Amino acid sequence: MNVGENGASASYYGRPVIKPPVWKPEIPWYFWTGGIAGASAVLGQWARLSGNEHLATTASRTGAVFDAVSPLLLISDLGRPERFLNMLRVFKVTSPMSVGSWILLANSGASTTGVVLGAIGRLPRLKRAAEAVSAATGAPLATYTAALVANTAVPVWHEGRRELPFVFAGSAAASAGAAAAMLAPPSSAGPARRLAVSGAAAANVAAAVMERRLGFVGEPYRVGSAGRFARLARTASTMGAALLGTAGARSRPAAVAGAALVLGGELARRWSVFRAGFQSAEDPRYTVVPQRERLTAS
Amino acid sequence: MSAPADERVGFFTDTSVCIGCKACEVACKEWNLVPEDGLEWTGDSYDNTQALGANTWRHVAFIEQEKPLLVEDGADGLRWLMSSDVCKHCTHAACLDVCPTGALFRTEFGTVVVQEDVCNGCGYCVPACPFGVLDRRELPRHSDDPPPTVLGLPVGDGQDGRVWKCTLCYDRLKDGHEPACAKACPTDSIQFGPLDELRERADRRLEKLQADGWNGAQLYGRDPDDGIGGAGAFFLLLDEPEVYGLPPDPVVTTRDLPGLWAWTASAAVALVAGIGAAFLGGRA
Repeated sequence: MNVGENGASASYYGRPVIKPPVWKPEIPWYFWTGGIAGASAVLGQWARLSGNEHLATTASRTGAVFDAVSPLLLISDLGRPERFLNMLRVFKVTSPMSVGSWILLANSGASTTGVVLGAIGRLPRLKRAAEAVSAATGAPLATYTAALVANTAVPVWHEGRRELPFVFAGSAAASAGAAAAMLAPPSSAGPARRLAVSGAAAANVAAAVMERRLGFVGEPYRVGSAGRFARLARTASTMGAALLGTAGARSRPAAVAGAALVLGGELARRWSVFRAGFQSAEDPRYTVVPQRERLTAS
Repeated sequence: MSAPADERVGFFTDTSVCIGCKACEVACKEWNLVPEDGLEWTGDSYDNTQALGANTWRHVAFIEQEKPLLVEDGADGLRWLMSSDVCKHCTHAACLDVCPTGALFRTEFGTVVVQEDVCNGCGYCVPACPFGVLDRRELPRHSDDPPPTVLGLPVGDGQDGRVWKCTLCYDRLKDGHEPACAKACPTDSIQFGPLDELRERADRRLEKLQADGWNGAQLYGRDPDDGIGGAGAFFLLLDEPEVYGLPPDPVVTTRDLPGLWAWTASAAVALVAGIGAAFLGGRA
């Protein structure tokens, strides 16, 4: 693993080679709210297609609320919040943040339109069109954030680029399922409960696969605050999913408690990914050692 | 990325003649009105600037080594390495690729510059740069700057909040002058000129140093086939790049973006299918 003199990897006074991100707590919160908004839009549409109107309304409204919160978090994180509209100056496929800004605009606009028209019972064709756009942009909204962080020089994010979209997709599915299972009566929330269980399992598996493949570079997921958040995510989501999958079908309090655990666990998962990026950037070994090994190998 | 209209220019920083005077740091700050951001004693040799950032566009590194300057001196020796670091103005620039507002652009000189009237401080370029060059300026706003509002509500924390870095003195180039740091450098360690010419000059200099038996002499960022397509500002170093705090094999993150988008699209499809699957079975 180590290169250079005395078995330690060389560095300049132990200082980072790359800069840690400047993003604030709004960003991991947004990963979570954006994931819920996107996956809820898809859940609402599937529920509508399957004739489960109750679940459809719950999921769509949940999605619209989280869609409304998301841009506020993003604007608040900017160094120049008053220039947030500059995000829509250009469309750049090389910038997942640019692509994501347009996705969020489309999804939040469509979700809100669909919910408002549904509530006032007007313009049914426009409502259906809005719901279709909302559903189509939901999954991209829930997953582009993984591409955003992976498309950086931060080793733990960049090298995890294969699994990270699946971690975020699973996490979004689990959170959206849990939110709907919490808000809809147990009789119509069956698919939401199953989604929370399968999403939490998928996120746990994808995160474990990523961590194993990353090896030394994945160390931040095992230590410090990123490690604590990762363990919290695994534990809370697994317990919540178990509760939802068993007693959640019969008891509303059990469903609410299980859903809260899943929601909290998946929030912790976003925080573990976020914090891991900082830990990865702040220690020059994670940048230098793999690059030096690559040069030695070639 | 479009090809530059004019001849591409850059820096060749020959660290073998750097004397650590920091005239480049001072000239850069003076010319570009880069604010003072704290005066600290680090105890790390003569380096109190520490790193490149929003308020440091030239940074002189100092490395005290128990290593011989010449190979023929054997194992014994002491040497003091100095190197003036700067934005690399990459051929494939990650900061430019990821910038969502178009604030970062490539100039007619082939350099990479932030338009400060466009940057909204999203910070994406900061962790995207493989060299840690860019950073957000966390200093109070200029007093001429009106307090920011969104929909009439006050926002922000009163900080500048934008990202800043070396412009390779874009304003001076447009008037036919060389950048301030190169102008101020008393030993010609910092050389400015057309990139092709600088590369030839660097090759000749490396040949001479190697023939003279200098220990560890190597070019850094000169190769157009490296992970960033070659740097517009490249270096002659006397030890491995990581000793100077430089990444040994930097790669522009967007090189892997097509694959990353494919994985992301797969995950999005899996998400839609997975949610649909929750409606199968178990339904009364």
